[in-house]
Amino acid sequence: MSFDTVLFYLLAIVLVVAAFRVITATSPVTGVLHLILTFFTASMMWMLIQAEFLALVLVIVYVGAVMVLFLFVVMMLDMRTEGLKQGLKVYLPLGLTIGGIMVLEMAFVLLRSWGDAPALPVPADDFDNTLALGTAMYTQYAYAVEIGGVVLLVGMICAIALTLRKRGDYKRTDPGKQVRVRAADRVRLVSMPAQVETADAQSEGAQK
Amino acid sequence: MTIGLSHYLIVGAILFAMGVFGFFLNRRNLIVLLMSIELILLAANMNFVAFSIGSGDPAGQIFVFFVLTVAAAEAAIGLAILVLLFRNLSTINVDKLDQLKG
Repeated sequence: MSFDTVLFYLLAIVLVVAAFRVITATSPVTGVLHLILTFFTASMMWMLIQAEFLALVLVIVYVGAVMVLFLFVVMMLDMRTEGLKQGLKVYLPLGLTIGGIMVLEMAFVLLRSWGDAPALPVPADDFDNTLALGTAMYTQYAYAVEIGGVVLLVGMICAIALTLRKRGDYKRTDPGKQVRVRAADRVRLVSMPAQVETADAQSEGAQK
Repeated sequence: MTIGLSHYLIVGAILFAMGVFGFFLNRRNLIVLLMSIELILLAANMNFVAFSIGSGDPAGQIFVFFVLTVAAAEAAIGLAILVLLFRNLSTINVDKLDQLKG
């Protein structure tokens, strides 16, 4: 057994246990933290077969941004999870059976078709994974990259538009209206004769 | 004993099954459903990377890049909808989302 083999099995065990904890966690924060562990371990497995660029993108962009967004939302919402676990006991045996059958079927088919494939090829020493990906991405797949950018833009606009709201419980000023206001709108000067206050009017005012 | 393509594919299969299993297990908790989707997408990415390295063609890894893009947009919009639902209903129980009466 080479060191690579030991490392692969170690990472695979961590990956599967963390993924299992994601779906069985009682608290969502625990679930998200295990999801981060899952992604990080997957990234290390990719590093093992020398897909360095994607491994680093997964850690830096995905774990660093998307998973932290998950963590923010989960910690921001004060959710109660008591009622959400109903039916766990009922569905556990059936779910385990179906999941086990799925894994066994896939493992059987995959081993049948790819089991005798040779070990994964190790790229040459001067092979640059990032350079190869970048070259292909900005020549052959340039339009696809642009469409990916549009997808991210639409996602951003959509998220902002969904969560934007006007609250009615606080007062605010409109700077545009303030700038456009003229003196005539605020104060009206009226030319009128002087008024003399009589005792009668004073008592009426006091009554009011 | 060397690590071949099938080892990575089986890890991907286990991850995929976990993701689907998460749907059965937590069908009321919207946030765990989103996390299960992430697991399924990770399983697909694992297969893409394994096949790409196995066949020596970088196209598979570029596809992973796009899957990550779409997954990030999906997570952002999904979490925005989640925040909106929680603000309006004060719950994330999927059973309570029955306003459409479908």
